[in-house]
Amino acid sequence: MNRVWSWLALAVGLVYFFLPLLGTLEFSLRKRKGEYSLDAYAAVFADPAFQATLGYSVLMALLTIVFGVLLIVPTAYWVRLKLPRLRPWVEFVTLLPLVIPAIVIVFGYIRLYNTSSFLPLTGSAMGTNMLLMFGYATLALPYMYRAVDTGLRTIDIGTLTEAAQSLGAGWVTILARVILPNVLVAVLSGAFLTFAIVIGEFTLAALLNRPAFGPYMQLLGANKAYEPAALAVIAFAITWACMGLIQLVTRFSKHTRASA
Amino acid sequence: MSFLSIQHLEKSFGANRVVKDFNLPIEKGEFVSLLGPSGCGKTTVLRMVAGFETPSSGSILIDGQDVTGLKPNARNIGMVFQAYALFPNLTVAQNVAFGLKVKGVAKAEAEARVTEMLRLIGLPDLGGRYPYQLSGGQQQRVALARALAVRPRVLLLDEPLSALDAKIRVSLRSEIREIQRELGITTVFVTHDQEEALSMSDRVVVMNGGIAEQVGAPFEVYNRPRTRFVATFVGTLNLFEGEATGQGVKITGATIPLDDAPKSGRVSFALRPEALHLGKGEVTLPATVESVEFLGSILRLRVRVAGILAALDTFNRADAPPPAVGSAVDVNFAARDLVLLND
Repeated sequence: MNRVWSWLALAVGLVYFFLPLLGTLEFSLRKRKGEYSLDAYAAVFADPAFQATLGYSVLMALLTIVFGVLLIVPTAYWVRLKLPRLRPWVEFVTLLPLVIPAIVIVFGYIRLYNTSSFLPLTGSAMGTNMLLMFGYATLALPYMYRAVDTGLRTIDIGTLTEAAQSLGAGWVTILARVILPNVLVAVLSGAFLTFAIVIGEFTLAALLNRPAFGPYMQLLGANKAYEPAALAVIAFAITWACMGLIQLVTRFSKHTRASA
Repeated sequence: MSFLSIQHLEKSFGANRVVKDFNLPIEKGEFVSLLGPSGCGKTTVLRMVAGFETPSSGSILIDGQDVTGLKPNARNIGMVFQAYALFPNLTVAQNVAFGLKVKGVAKAEAEARVTEMLRLIGLPDLGGRYPYQLSGGQQQRVALARALAVRPRVLLLDEPLSALDAKIRVSLRSEIREIQRELGITTVFVTHDQEEALSMSDRVVVMNGGIAEQVGAPFEVYNRPRTRFVATFVGTLNLFEGEATGQGVKITGATIPLDDAPKSGRVSFALRPEALHLGKGEVTLPATVESVEFLGSILRLRVRVAGILAALDTFNRADAPPPAVGSAVDVNFAARDLVLLND
């Protein structure tokens, strides 16, 4: 009897999850009257704004990932190695972006870094782009930190660090040649999650007035019928591709085999 | 002057003094073991030599250079860890070459050195493997090769055999000793296993409570323990209590002549199981056999003698079956085999 309920719960969950997706997919194929077609997708791909905004968001995502890795890997490593008693506090700080809405963060940014402030980052496109990247890094912090921290937990960083030190390595060499390669799978997991967050993010980009993919989706949704559905499916495909890549990387990594 | 000199080394963690006024001169090419139970401070001493712990006071000199304040990566010391600590992302050859690359050794020379090291540890064909593809013993040999590849001034071994099974441990300890002799490298070995320490070392430092209780050659430490702790920690031992009479020690009616016996008072003395024999001899005491253990070439008897349960080891001989459990026997020993103990 329990088995029946389990299957029923699973079925309800799957229907709840996939039905709206199927509806969106089906609707995105209806642009041509009376038959299914990929017209909406063709229209989206042909739109120069689509290419420009997606290109911008991909670039921002990559920059955010690089910034996040440079910030978080050494921090998480140092906290685990030298400041283990601070771990609960650091974890608390990294969780804050989950409870502080993006709109609060972006208003804080605008208030702090406007053109009449001591650091007028919003006064130029480059400055605003930097601000957006910092914002994205903040939003991705809980995922990136957790991924890296979990990766660090799987290796004996204390002994590996000492082994490298006894062989003459300094901190930069240890981080670049010992720690980072051994938590690469975890870093990539965090990177793909960051990528997915940045691609779909709306609030920061819209309020900082940057030409990102999120605001483009919203703009298209307000003005077109079938294209927003196609765009939603495309965005979803990108996210799922990221998840698939995490699985692939995890499966084929040497380190995973090593710890198995 | 000694090659590695540890002088008045002290280390405290908060109020806990884990190493107390530790002094140890080590000659070039010498193999010295720090032997002691968990928490005796042996690993802390080793880590201070490596630079992973900062001494509270005292100094460490290598070849006349004071390295006490130097960072670990500036000491040119090779270290092998209990947990192997091979870099999982690198192949065996890359692991061995790691230190050479860090030091900027030319590629051709580094490759030649890696080949030489892999040959030295008997794994010349495994350079392309990853650590997870090796057994524990092989991993530890690679760790040794990696530590030796950079031609360190001193080699530190932190319980390198503890994680291995018994058979590998025995074979690897002779391999380590052979390699150490071949290279003539000054080595400090930390272990809690007395058999390892006694079989491998030129000298053994028996540590207890942060101090070196006795430093000496294995033969000396085993046969002439200076303190009760050393006597009980190193090897199996029978501990007797007696009354000093000036000329000797009185024990269950018999007076055993001892040259260095105190004038009076209670004294403790020790006798190794192999120093006790069945039958009559120089000093003979009556005993009762309580158990017999057959260990192949050795028979270990437990006999009740002079109020204690003592171990007696004798060679197994096919023409001399062991006495029956419960039988009354005579046991004897030579007075020169008694070791008076300080507390």
